[in-house]
Amino acid sequence: MQSGINYSEKIPNNVNLSEDKTLQRALEHWQPNYLNWWNDMGPESAMQDDVYLRTAVSVEPSGWAQFDHVKMPDYRWGIFMNPRDEARQINFGENKGDAAWQDVPGEHRANLRRIIVTQGDTEPASVEQQRHLGLTAPSMYDLRNLFQINVEEGRHLWAMVYLLHKHFGRDGREEADALLQRNSGDADNPRILGAFNEKTPDWLAFFMFTYFTDRDGKFQLCALAESAFDPLARTTKFMLTEEAHHMFVGESGIARVLSRTAAVMNELKTEDAAKIRAAGAIDLETIQRYLNFHFSVTIDLFGADESSNAAIFYNSGLKGRFEETKRDDDHRLQGQTYAVLSVVDGKLVDRHVPMLNGLNEVLRDDYIKDSIGGVGRWNKVLEKAGIAFRLSAPHKAFNRKIGALAGVKISPEGRLVSEVEWAVNEKNWLPTAEDRGFVSSLMGRVVEPGKFAGWIAPPTMGINRQPVDFDYVRFN
Amino acid sequence: MHNNALKNKSLVASRFECAGDSGADHVRSLLTTSASPIANSDVPIDYRTEPSKYHHWSLKFDGAVATLAMNVDENAGLKPGYKLKLNSYDLGVDIELHDAVNRVRFEHPEVRTVVVTSSKDRIFCSGANIFMLGVSSHAWKVNFCKFTNETRNGLEDSSEHSGLKFLAAINGACAGGGYELALACDQIVLIDDRSSAVSLPEVPLLGVLPGTGGLTRVTDKRHVRHDLADIFCTTTEGVRGQKAKDWRLVDELAKPAVFAEKVQQRALQLAAKSDRPADGKGVSLSRVERVDEPDALRYLHVTVDIDRARRSAVFTVKAPVGPQPETIAAIEAAGAAWWPLAMARELDDAILSMRTNELDIGTWIWKTEGDAAAVLASDATLLKHQDHWLVRETIGLIRRTLSRIDVSSRTLFSLIEPGSCFAGTFLEIALACDRSYMLALPDDAVRAPTITVAEANFGLFPMATNQSRLARRFYEEVTPIEAVRSQSGVALDADAALALGLITFAPDDIDWADEVRIALEERAAMSPDALTGMEANLRFNGKENMATRIFGRLTAWQNWIFQRPNAVGEKGALKLYGKGEKAQFDFNRV
Repeated sequence: MQSGINYSEKIPNNVNLSEDKTLQRALEHWQPNYLNWWNDMGPESAMQDDVYLRTAVSVEPSGWAQFDHVKMPDYRWGIFMNPRDEARQINFGENKGDAAWQDVPGEHRANLRRIIVTQGDTEPASVEQQRHLGLTAPSMYDLRNLFQINVEEGRHLWAMVYLLHKHFGRDGREEADALLQRNSGDADNPRILGAFNEKTPDWLAFFMFTYFTDRDGKFQLCALAESAFDPLARTTKFMLTEEAHHMFVGESGIARVLSRTAAVMNELKTEDAAKIRAAGAIDLETIQRYLNFHFSVTIDLFGADESSNAAIFYNSGLKGRFEETKRDDDHRLQGQTYAVLSVVDGKLVDRHVPMLNGLNEVLRDDYIKDSIGGVGRWNKVLEKAGIAFRLSAPHKAFNRKIGALAGVKISPEGRLVSEVEWAVNEKNWLPTAEDRGFVSSLMGRVVEPGKFAGWIAPPTMGINRQPVDFDYVRFN
Repeated sequence: MHNNALKNKSLVASRFECAGDSGADHVRSLLTTSASPIANSDVPIDYRTEPSKYHHWSLKFDGAVATLAMNVDENAGLKPGYKLKLNSYDLGVDIELHDAVNRVRFEHPEVRTVVVTSSKDRIFCSGANIFMLGVSSHAWKVNFCKFTNETRNGLEDSSEHSGLKFLAAINGACAGGGYELALACDQIVLIDDRSSAVSLPEVPLLGVLPGTGGLTRVTDKRHVRHDLADIFCTTTEGVRGQKAKDWRLVDELAKPAVFAEKVQQRALQLAAKSDRPADGKGVSLSRVERVDEPDALRYLHVTVDIDRARRSAVFTVKAPVGPQPETIAAIEAAGAAWWPLAMARELDDAILSMRTNELDIGTWIWKTEGDAAAVLASDATLLKHQDHWLVRETIGLIRRTLSRIDVSSRTLFSLIEPGSCFAGTFLEIALACDRSYMLALPDDAVRAPTITVAEANFGLFPMATNQSRLARRFYEEVTPIEAVRSQSGVALDADAALALGLITFAPDDIDWADEVRIALEERAAMSPDALTGMEANLRFNGKENMATRIFGRLTAWQNWIFQRPNAVGEKGALKLYGKGEKAQFDFNRV
C-alpha cells in the first residue's frame, strides 16, 4: 500500500478531502481495507483486465461520465455530493420549514446512522452477489456493463462511508469497517438484509435484479434525497445519476432476452416452451416466473405495511416520500390515513392505517407503478414481433414474506388460494429448480467482441457511442 | 441451527424494518393497531397452563440440558389491541415462561442447565411489547412488571438454591426486556454476526426505565462500569461483538457457525456445577384444580373469600389432613398431590389471580385452618429430606410463593383465631403480614389459638433480602431472636406470643370483633397508593441486596416515571412511540 494518498488525484471528490484531516485519517485506515475487500470479494478473475468504464470526476454534467479503459482495482472511486443549496429547508415532518441540517442532530444520530449503514450495506453486498457472473457473461458488452455496475456499487459504498466518517465520529468509523467485514451469504458475518445474502445465480436473475431490485434502490435513494440531513440528501441525489444506468442494464437486458426468444418462436413458428428451450432460448413462461419472483421479493424490501420506523423517519425529517416536494399536500400527514391490504374472512380488503405508519406502503405503491411501466415496454418487444404472450407483474400480495400479507397464499392474479392450490401451482408461478437449471445450462461465457450468446439479442447500440463490437474489455 | 436458518431464509428481510443491526431497531419496528386501553376486568387472567397449550415457547430436553426457545405467536396476545411482533412479550408470554420453568424444576430433575434462546431467525427477544404497555392501565403495567420480575428472580433463585442453571443463548437482536431476561440467567452467550446487539433502549426510545431488573443487574450482577452502563443505557442500537464482552454485558461471543456448539459447551460446563440428579423421578405437575365463584376461589388446600363491600379477601390455608408421606418413596408416589407441593401451587395461583384480577380488593386477611401438629410434621419431613432434589424444589416453591406475599401491593393482616395452625411454615405467613391479630382467651386454654415457632422459621424460607422473616422482624438482634428460639416447638398463646414480639395485637374475645373490624375499616379508607408505598418500605427494612433494589428502588422509580406526563401524557414518549410524533418533554428536573 502507498503510505500517503494523493487525495484529489486518487480519490476524485468535491468534499474538500485534501483539507479535511478528519476524513483523511479515517480514509487512510479504510481505503486499504476497501481495496483488500475489492480484490477478495469483487469480480472474480477480472482484476487485471482493462475495462471500458465511466468514472465520475466531478458533479458537472461533463464530469460524471468520463470513459476510459482502466483496471478495476485502479478505478478512481470518488466522493461526490450534489452542490449545496444554502437556502434549502426541511420539506416535511415536524421540522418542516426549518433550515436543513448540515450536521447530524444528536437526537437522530442512531436513526440516521442506521439508515446510512443499511443503505451502505446493500452496495458491496450486490458486488459480492454478482462476483461470479463474469465467468458466464453472454457478451463482452454485457461483461463491461456488469463491471460498470460493480464499480459504481463500490462508489456508492464510498459515498455512505464518507457520511459515516465525516459525521459519526468513532462510531461511524467502526460501522464503516463493519461494512467491509460482513459478506453476502457468509453464515458468520451475513449482510444485514436477507435479500442481499442470496446468490445472483445467472444472468436472467442479474437482469431481473438490476431492473427490479436496483429500482428499489432508486426509490430508497429518492426518499433519502429528501432528507433533512443535507449531506445525505446531496449524496444520494448524485448516486441516483448512476443508478439509472443499472436499471437500464436490467430493462434492456430483459428486452434483449425477449427479443431473442421472440425471434426463435417466429423462426420455429411455435409457442411450445420445450421447443424454444431446445433451440437455446428462454421460454416466456420461465421469464414470467423469474419476473414474479424478483418482483415479489423486491417489494418486500420496502418493509412492513404498517411501520413505526416509517412514521418516525418521516416525521423527524430523516426520510421523505418519493418526489416529496412535487406533492401537493401538507407534508406532515398527521391524522391522515392510507389503505393497506390485509386478509379478513378469507378476502383481501383495504385496511386504513395512519398515513405516517403506512409510508412504506406509499413508497411500495409508487415503486410498483414505476416498475410496471417497464413491463409494458417489454411487452412492446413481444407485440412488435407479433407474439401474443404478454408479461405481467404479479399482484402486490403474491409471495410476500413481510408485513400483514406474509405467508398469505395469493395467486399472481390476486386470488386467495388454498394451500393445496398453491402447492399445485407454485411451479407455474415461481421459478423451479428445473427452470434455474435450464437457464444455468445456457450460461456459457461469450466474450469475443461483437459476439452474443444464443439466448440474448445484441443491443441496438454500444456504450458511449462506441460500436457494439467495440473491445469493451481487454483481457490481460 | 443458525446456519440452516440463514440458508433457508429466502428474501425476507426488509430494508429498514427487519434483521437490523441492533435490538433497539427491532423494538422500533413493532407494529400496532389503535385500541382502547386494556381494562383489567374484561376476562379474568388464568395463570394455569401447560406445554400443550403454549403459544409462545417450546421446551426440548436432551439429558442435562433443556432448551427453552421463545417463538412468540404475534397474533396470540393476551388482550386485543396489539401484535406481539419480533418476539416481544406480554403477560401471557411470561405466564408460559413461569410455567415452563416450573415444569423443568419438577418434571425434569435430570436437567441441570436451561438454555434460554429463541427459535426465530436473527431475533432473540425484543422485550415487553411497547404497544401493550402503551394501551395498558398503570395498574396492569405494574402488575405485569412485578410478575415478570418475580419470574426472572425465580431463575436466579433456582440457580442459587437448587442448582438449576440458566444460559442465555442470544441468537439475534436482543433488546430491553429481552436483555433483561438474559441478565437473569447465569451466563450470556451472544452471537457474533456483526449485527446482533444487546441493548436497553428504554430511556432514549420510550422515556422509561429498563425496569425488569435491567438497570440493577447491569451494575450489581454484571459489574458493568457505571459510566459504560450510562452509555449502554442511552444508546438505542445497543452494543455488539467484542465491545459487549469487554464491557461485561455478555460472557462470550460465538460466530454463527459455532454458536450452537459453544452454547452446548457452556451449558455442559454450567451443568457440571449442578447437583441435580440424573436419575431423579420427575413429578408431573397436574393442573391446579380451582372452583371459581363470583366471590371466591376454592382449591383443595386454599380458599379465598372476597368481601367486595369491604374491599378485602380472606385467604384460608389448610393444614394437611390424615397420614402424610414421610419417606422419599412415599413423597414421589404422592407426586403433585403431596401436600406441601399442592398447597404451595394453589397458594401461588391464588396470589397471582387475586393480584391480577381483583385490583380493588386492597386488604388480604390471612387465616389458617387445621392441625398445627400436622404442619409441623410436614416441616419435619421437609427438613429431613431437604437435600433430596424434589423436597428441595418444593421448599423452593414455598420460598418463592411466600416471597410473592412480601411484594404484593396489598395490606396484609393475619387473624390468628381458634382452629388456626400458624406453626412453622404457616407461621411464616403471619410473619409476612403487616400486622397480626391473635385472639386472647386466657380462660379457655382448649379453644385459645396458639402459634408455634419451629426450625422452618429460622432460614428455610428466606425473604428477598436473604434473611428470615424473624431476622427481618427483629433487625437481626440476637436477644429477641434467641428468646424466640428458646420457645421453639412450644405452642404459644396470645400473651406469650405478644411478649415475644411475634404478633401485633392480642385482643380478648370481648374486644376482638370490634378491634378487627375497626382496624380493617380504617385501613380500607386510606389512600391505596400511600399504603402500598408505606407497606413496602416497612416490610423491606434493613438489608438491601440486588433483589430488593429491583423490587424497591428500580420499581419505585419506574412506577413514578410510568405516571409522569413525560412518559404517558398525551405527548409522552411511551404514548407516542411508533406513531412518528416526537415526545414533548417538560424539561424541568424533579
